[in-house]
Amino acid sequence: MAVVLVLVLIVVGSVLFHLLSPWWWTPIASNWDYIDNTIIISFWITGIVFAAVVLFMAYCVLRFRHREGIRAVYEPENKRLESWLMIVTAVGVTALLVPGLFVWSRFVTVPGDATEIEVVAQQWQWSFRLPGKDGKLGTSDTRDVTADNPLGVAPKDPNGQDDVLVEAADLHLPVGKPIKVLLRSIDVLHDFYIPEFRAKMDMIPGSVTYFWFTPTRTGTFQVLCAELCGQGHPLMHGVVVVDTEQDYLAWLGQQQTFAQLSAPQQSGSANQPPEKIIASNLGVAANSKLSRSAQ
Amino acid sequence: MVDVTPADAVPPAEVGEVELYHPHSWWTKYVFSQDAKVIAVQYSATATAIGLVALVLSWLMRLQLGFPGTFDFITPEAYYQFITMHGMIMVIYLLTALFLGGFGNYLIPLMVGARDMVFPYVNMLSYWVYLLAVLVLVSSFFAPGGPTGAGWTLYPPQAIMTGTPGGQDWGIILMLSSLILFIIGFTMGGLNYVVTVLQGRTRGMTLMRLPLTVWGIFTATVMALLAFPALFVACVMMLLDRALGTSFFMPAIVEMGQQLQHNGGSPILFQHLFWFFGHPEVYIVALPAFGIVSDLISTHARKNIFGYRMMVWAIIAIGALSFVVWAHHMYVSGMNPYFGFFFATTTLIIAVPTAIKVYNWVLTLWRGDIHLTIPMLFALAFIVTFVNGGLTGLFLGNVVVDVPLSDTMFVVAHFHMVMGVAPILVIFGAIYHWYPKVTGRMLDETLGRFHFWVTFVGAYLIFFPMHYLGLMGVPRRYAELTDMTIMTESAHHLNSFISIMAFIVGFAQMVFLFNLIWSIRHGREAGGNPWRATTLEWQTPETPPAHGNFGKELPIVYRWAYDYSVPGAKEDFIPQNVPGDFAPSREPA
Repeated sequence: MAVVLVLVLIVVGSVLFHLLSPWWWTPIASNWDYIDNTIIISFWITGIVFAAVVLFMAYCVLRFRHREGIRAVYEPENKRLESWLMIVTAVGVTALLVPGLFVWSRFVTVPGDATEIEVVAQQWQWSFRLPGKDGKLGTSDTRDVTADNPLGVAPKDPNGQDDVLVEAADLHLPVGKPIKVLLRSIDVLHDFYIPEFRAKMDMIPGSVTYFWFTPTRTGTFQVLCAELCGQGHPLMHGVVVVDTEQDYLAWLGQQQTFAQLSAPQQSGSANQPPEKIIASNLGVAANSKLSRSAQ
Repeated sequence: MVDVTPADAVPPAEVGEVELYHPHSWWTKYVFSQDAKVIAVQYSATATAIGLVALVLSWLMRLQLGFPGTFDFITPEAYYQFITMHGMIMVIYLLTALFLGGFGNYLIPLMVGARDMVFPYVNMLSYWVYLLAVLVLVSSFFAPGGPTGAGWTLYPPQAIMTGTPGGQDWGIILMLSSLILFIIGFTMGGLNYVVTVLQGRTRGMTLMRLPLTVWGIFTATVMALLAFPALFVACVMMLLDRALGTSFFMPAIVEMGQQLQHNGGSPILFQHLFWFFGHPEVYIVALPAFGIVSDLISTHARKNIFGYRMMVWAIIAIGALSFVVWAHHMYVSGMNPYFGFFFATTTLIIAVPTAIKVYNWVLTLWRGDIHLTIPMLFALAFIVTFVNGGLTGLFLGNVVVDVPLSDTMFVVAHFHMVMGVAPILVIFGAIYHWYPKVTGRMLDETLGRFHFWVTFVGAYLIFFPMHYLGLMGVPRRYAELTDMTIMTESAHHLNSFISIMAFIVGFAQMVFLFNLIWSIRHGREAGGNPWRATTLEWQTPETPPAHGNFGKELPIVYRWAYDYSVPGAKEDFIPQNVPGDFAPSREPA
């Protein structure tokens, strides 16, 4: 009867593991607790179904295992039972789908007052761009990327001149304000993922993708790349710091705009050779930010 | 549904028998054979051999994840090459080839009462092209730069760029070429399986009398014939992008400070093509497993499969629906987010026919006469792992829940449970079940039980806890899990535990291989029908069946495949080719 015992143990063990193990999601830091709630609903419904099916199997094996002289019952089908099971399943699936789609409609509906910021990914580092005083991000194109203009901001676009650039450094965000994150990549697919925010989205060269969230608590959070982007993928960490309004403005005041950054370089700094950039990209990913975020 | 044809009402054969090609030499009998059974063994042996490579690769990646920084030879490049080749081998070259090329070739002609596949010569070519595909794949291990490390999904642009192992070397070219060859070879075999089921059935074998094994393999093959072309064109286009500099999937890109020559292509187009193939592929692997496990449960519980007609329709419904859910692999790909509403709905609808199959398996056990043979044990283990993996699919299919979990270890745990462990448990059950027919001898019982327990419990212990790492946010495809602020010390210990279990489970497979080889000579003699089963493959005059399968006269089918424990019958099974009405006194509802 080892089978019956193991089947029961699998159910009991899985439930206990779920309840008692120390491995669980990170404390949430955004408005997406809706997603967490949907996951909880999913755990309940699927957990009940899993336990019911496996325990029923265990009972069958215990009760109907082979005994001399006893034959199985001949029962090709049972339309009533099959219809009932289909209806119950459909109800269960609906109970999962409806809250899921409801939360999804929130996820894809960006609030009108959300501030747009831009995340630009490249192998293997993160850069950021914030709108300047005009509140608008200038246009950008991969074709405009040069050593002096690593994010490819359109040089002639007046909206882009006052954009604040944060190149390969930490991003700061104010707490409690909805943020629409515009996502760009200049080389391969990447994915901007902060586990505490629950949200993530791929970044595609040639397109701008987006998601939105509202940071709900201050703190320092690690950015992970969640789409395989080559051999530096696991080291492509970044840092997002959620500040109080005051701290945020102080930080913002120290940043430089696109116009400021491109002005001195126009007076003749030599282009960096590509090998240097590769080395520095890897170096940034592997050293400075890692050690800081680990602390 | 009592469905018995009176002996005098069987229709005459529509076409006369065609003379089979008879081998003239050892070479044409055992090597360039046109006998589907020999081709099946060739397919299975090749798939197993390349599967062992994938097993070793999984050990190597678990070494790295479980004990980070301990093994210097596992560089990030090497790690990505391991995961890519492991995934591709398991999904395509092992599971697809073994279920369709292996089980399909062996079982379809025998179970439908045919002497062979309808196009034996093309069937033979199918295997040799498959072998060539495998050899091209293996050659990439020895090519300059090694195999591709793009991940088994081969997403461009990175798949063909310098930052990815093999991207600008031979790796990706050999990978794409091998896939193209595989699809050509599969198409030759697949046409055979479909036409044989439709046209090669013996007298009396109506479609609704086919064993579910045949239904599963047949539907999966139809799906594969429709889905693989999408992968085929994606491979051709990427090959052109890589070799000739076209821009099907390549937009304007700045790579390490340099503008590439590509412009205007769409990386996401590749993802749509890939998953238009890739999602049906899940069911191409799952449907044969569904069919086979139905027959294992029915035979070893001595009871007809519950709700046969519903089981057939569920297979067909799942097959059809699986073509309209592909973009659930792309919820966070950056495609139009409004697609999410459609694809989440279709995805969760698939749960209904799938759940019906699960209910009918466990209801077949209800009031059965359950023999806890090794095939039955594997079938029970399949239900546990399949239900577990299927239910976590409801998390990932439900678009908004997928957002935090996508690209994490939760996904890895989910798909390994549902399309790795579950189908492979069925493969094991099926091998213990049909080995006596293929070789005439039983596999060793003690070794078999050892293999079963270690594999089942071990695999569950590997993949169940892994979900929780994903819930924590640990991403998949990370060659190094160092400096992750979200990972606690205990999460690293859990990773070490998972790795140790993986080595143990892998070791149990060596015991299984030993059993396979040892029992060919030393196994207990099986006789023609050791499980007292009803289907036609157990009614052959010789075991193993000779070329032509059924001796002088083809069998005539009088009943469905599940007349077990029929009230009034002398034995607890009535083979499909036995005439006579032992109908139960009461007509089932």
